[in-house]
Amino acid sequence: MRPEMGAQGPVLRLDGITKRFGALVANDAISVTLWPGEVIALLGENGAGKTTLMNILFGHYTADEGSVEVFGAPLPQGNPRAALAAGVGMVHQHFTLADNLTVLENVILGTQPLWGARLDMAGARAKLARLAEDFGLAVDPDARLGTLSVGERQRVEILKALYRDARILILDEPTAVLTPQQAEALFAALRKMVAQGLSIIFISHKLHEVMAIASRVVVLRHGKLVGEVAVADTNPGALAEMMVGARITPPELRAAAPGATLLELRTVSTPDRGTARGLRKVDLALREGTITGLAGVSGNGQGALADLIAGLEHLSGGEMLVHGAEPVTWSVAHALNAGIGRIPEDRHKTGTIADFSLTENAILERYRRPPFARRGWMDWGAARGFTDTVIRSYDVRCPGPETRIRLLSGGNMQKLILGRAMEGAPKIILANQPVRGLDIGAITFVQTQLLAARDQGAAVLLISEDLDEILTLSDIIHVISEGRLSPPFARGTMSAADLGRWMAGEGFERGQDAA
Amino acid sequence: MRLELIARPSPLRLIGFPMLALALTVVFGSSLALLAGANPFQTLGLILRGAAGSQFALLETLNRATPLIFTGLAVAVAFRAKLWNIGAEAQLYAGALMAVLIGTGALGWPSGLLLPAMAGAAMLAGALVLLGPALLKTRFGVDEVVTTLLFNFIMLLFISMLLEGPLKDPMGMGWPQSSRLIPEARLPRIVEGLRLHWGFALALIAAGVVWVIQSRTTLGYEMRAVGANRQAAEFAGIPVGRVMLKTALLSGGLAALAGFSEVAGLKGNLTLDLSPGFGYTGIIVAMLALLNPIGVVVSAIFVAGVFVGADSMSRAAGVPTYIANIMLATALLTMVLAIALTRYRVRWD
Amino acid sequence: MGEIVEIFLSASFWAAVIRIASPLIFATMGELICERAGVLNLGIEGIMVVGAFAGWMTVYSGGGLWTGVMVAMLAGMLFGLLHGTLTVPFGLSQHVVGLGITLLATASAYFAYRLALPRVTTPPRIEAFQPFPIPILSDIPLIGPALFAQTPLTYLAFVLVGVVSFVLFRTPLGLALRAAGENPAAVAAQGLSVTALRMGAVMVGSGLMAVGGAFLTMSAFNSFFFEMVNGRGWICIALVVFGAWMPGKALLGAVLFGVFDALQIRLQQTSIGADIPYQIFLMMPFVLSILALVIMSRRAAIPAALMVPFNKGER
Repeated sequence: MRPEMGAQGPVLRLDGITKRFGALVANDAISVTLWPGEVIALLGENGAGKTTLMNILFGHYTADEGSVEVFGAPLPQGNPRAALAAGVGMVHQHFTLADNLTVLENVILGTQPLWGARLDMAGARAKLARLAEDFGLAVDPDARLGTLSVGERQRVEILKALYRDARILILDEPTAVLTPQQAEALFAALRKMVAQGLSIIFISHKLHEVMAIASRVVVLRHGKLVGEVAVADTNPGALAEMMVGARITPPELRAAAPGATLLELRTVSTPDRGTARGLRKVDLALREGTITGLAGVSGNGQGALADLIAGLEHLSGGEMLVHGAEPVTWSVAHALNAGIGRIPEDRHKTGTIADFSLTENAILERYRRPPFARRGWMDWGAARGFTDTVIRSYDVRCPGPETRIRLLSGGNMQKLILGRAMEGAPKIILANQPVRGLDIGAITFVQTQLLAARDQGAAVLLISEDLDEILTLSDIIHVISEGRLSPPFARGTMSAADLGRWMAGEGFERGQDAA
Repeated sequence: MRLELIARPSPLRLIGFPMLALALTVVFGSSLALLAGANPFQTLGLILRGAAGSQFALLETLNRATPLIFTGLAVAVAFRAKLWNIGAEAQLYAGALMAVLIGTGALGWPSGLLLPAMAGAAMLAGALVLLGPALLKTRFGVDEVVTTLLFNFIMLLFISMLLEGPLKDPMGMGWPQSSRLIPEARLPRIVEGLRLHWGFALALIAAGVVWVIQSRTTLGYEMRAVGANRQAAEFAGIPVGRVMLKTALLSGGLAALAGFSEVAGLKGNLTLDLSPGFGYTGIIVAMLALLNPIGVVVSAIFVAGVFVGADSMSRAAGVPTYIANIMLATALLTMVLAIALTRYRVRWD
Repeated sequence: MGEIVEIFLSASFWAAVIRIASPLIFATMGELICERAGVLNLGIEGIMVVGAFAGWMTVYSGGGLWTGVMVAMLAGMLFGLLHGTLTVPFGLSQHVVGLGITLLATASAYFAYRLALPRVTTPPRIEAFQPFPIPILSDIPLIGPALFAQTPLTYLAFVLVGVVSFVLFRTPLGLALRAAGENPAAVAAQGLSVTALRMGAVMVGSGLMAVGGAFLTMSAFNSFFFEMVNGRGWICIALVVFGAWMPGKALLGAVLFGVFDALQIRLQQTSIGADIPYQIFLMMPFVLSILALVIMSRRAAIPAALMVPFNKGER
């Protein structure tokens, strides 16, 4: 298992790490060893304990049991500076960068003695330029971070670790925000780093990436280490089973039976909102009995399209037809009345109100209508009845309808949102990142429900950054890039790499964004 | 140090920490009394006796609680929707002004018509005073904390201008005060012979109405949703801006009733010292009540008791009366901390 | 109109402008530091009262002037410590805690004043800071007496703006502070303590607010009386917004404010002022502050993590 690196000892040893949060055992006696010049993948579902393990390594948590050794020396626990000083660098999934600072300021934050008389900008600039050159990670050091694309921000995040002379680099779901081609470029950069002697831990739940970049895979499930295999000795199917603990049965897929167009956009544009990009002359048709997938790197106009269909955004050009007619006014209430079921992107921030009960959350979209309210008076009995129905029909595991929703797991929260959206048998369904961050059980449940709705004639718009999800579920695929929409592609006509090129902006007609 | 949400806090936690906060407040107050050279037990005893030791003291406390219930409700309603109305003081004076404008004889109506007209006009004026900052918030995104605070100063100067100008009482011997209300414009006493006016009953009714609005109406649901998660409320189609404005109208109207009740029930005219900071104290009242409208009644009586008791204690024991403000501010700060500790556990990993 | 031109051409007018601006500069810099690190400090009004009292009391009981300034600063830092403890590690509402601190600080100062001087009706005066004309520079017509014949505290206020600006934008500490106000997770990821940075900022900022208060008793009115801060703290919060969280622009705002305030005082004595109630003039500072907030509200310069508590390990 160990690569041919001579007689050196391991660069990193996690030994018997255990971490409990109340009754939950997030890490159960996990031991991992990393050798010089090696790339290992840490594979596991959401909630398997990957992030907790890395937070312990980084001193954000202290382990209840176990020890960490870096380059043969024990690493003091609960001290983030110790990990950095020992040469461990982390590329976080949610970048730890400040939008209002420049690239250079972000990179040098915390690298110079806090009580130093003056920032050494010139020296820092030179070092950053050299690193960017060495690893092919070009960035403008004086650009404000807020103006950069997601891919560029990730480059800054990596450069930040390299700037601190990291010898061990940990990347947490680094490809989630990249096109397949950008991911390839990232892998190339990572290989350069390994060639220069760095060791890498690659955290992911995407099997084909793990197979492509890692030499060894460590699999976590429910806080336990359930397997450790060389990539050469395994295959994606076996890894998936190890990760989930059971054979995965993908949702059953029947042939689509497309019907009439329920929602149509004709050369639709929407205004830019601050740094959030609007739509540019978009044509889109959502048809009965069809799942339309929308692929794209985040921040390219998905938000504007979702907001438009959800009733939160307005047209600045073009026309929108709902059930064949152009609505005179457009708002959330109109969208709901038009039978649009909505699953928002962020279930914590927009989907639910954390301190409200399940009942109060379940009626959010219909609290003003009978039977829940008459002439401004609430009928809480009716609301509870409705919530009970949703809880039963959508298998929401909870102590009862009066529980505050913040106490539910992400999966159960999403089931309530799903139930709330589907209970009115919507003809049009907006599913924005419906399975992000869920475990496999919840993912399958949500996807099965979406497919069932399609089979019953609903038009579904599925927005996701996960190309596999898009390719599996969609009957029609569009790619969105800088607010522009690609032509529709039928199922099976495009590969991930083909979509990746469109995601990077290739193929769009010139002059389309002139308006 | 890290805070961890507790799924189901134990009853001990739920009661223990708030009790600890009150105990800390009392201990701190006692040490201040000690500092002032008084016997702390005697001081606390004097405060207690001054607040509730006799029928007179008790009624005095309830009278003082009346405006605090109104301003406390105003703050509770607004804070629940995360509208930071720190301008209850200005809205109170707006209400008092309307009460005086109408009640000094502008309308020669009988009490049954005149008093509702005064209350209605007061609520309208208070509502409009808060509508300004609320519109600045919804239209321009201007932080309402600072604007409502600044409005307090503007309003007081405006009242001062009126009292030295058009509203000046010709019989006032030069003092900046308004003419007195006509008898029909005075709130009668609840029980003849006892010094407690109908304003107190009105305050209790207001608390009940607010409770019903918050728990039983769509408007209440909307206000709570907007306060708890604005973004989710927006997504659900709740008209956030309009709810904010409605909240402002309700909150401003409630605060204005404090001014109406003080003028019509107690003072009989408008002066610049009508309110010794009832608007600001309303924040303490509301926070101690955890923004619950029924709780506001209880906490207003408690806060009023501290003030009335401290006044009487100050005369007897010579401890400066500002001890009341210190103790209430301490109660506020320790209580918000205590409430947080009932919901979160402190972990040191 | 001639009267107004005359006002603008008088050296005493400009001297008053700077004198009015000085306490605001201290307190505005204090608030700016807090907000840059991500904490809105509504304790400012009460902390200024405490500073005014502490400074004055020290001198009144025989301490030196600079000792008074130090005592005021320490008293302010003490309240800053309380504010910071409640809002930073415990993440309590910055609105509620700030207002609570203002109530507590104001009442404490008044309580202590009454304790020290139970029966006094006329506030006693102290021997305060005297103008210290800078040779040669103070002889320049118009701006000489205005800028260079002030008390040492005023010079300190102007120096402070430079220091704050330098620290924030040219030192590692300043970078870390600004990052704590923009994205605390970025700071924590570098192993720096967001809690320590924010607490430090709130304490130092509160100390400066207290010095601003002390200016009132030690360099302007020379005695302590109730209600003397009179909303200046709230105005400073508006000045921070007006200055788009930049020390230099906030200084400009404070001076501009001084111009308006000094102008209204003088206008009251002119023929224009005779027909207008004086309250209208007194309202102007507050109205102007609201106007400034409205005009500046569209700016996106607000620290992204202002009023957002940071809880380590929260996902």
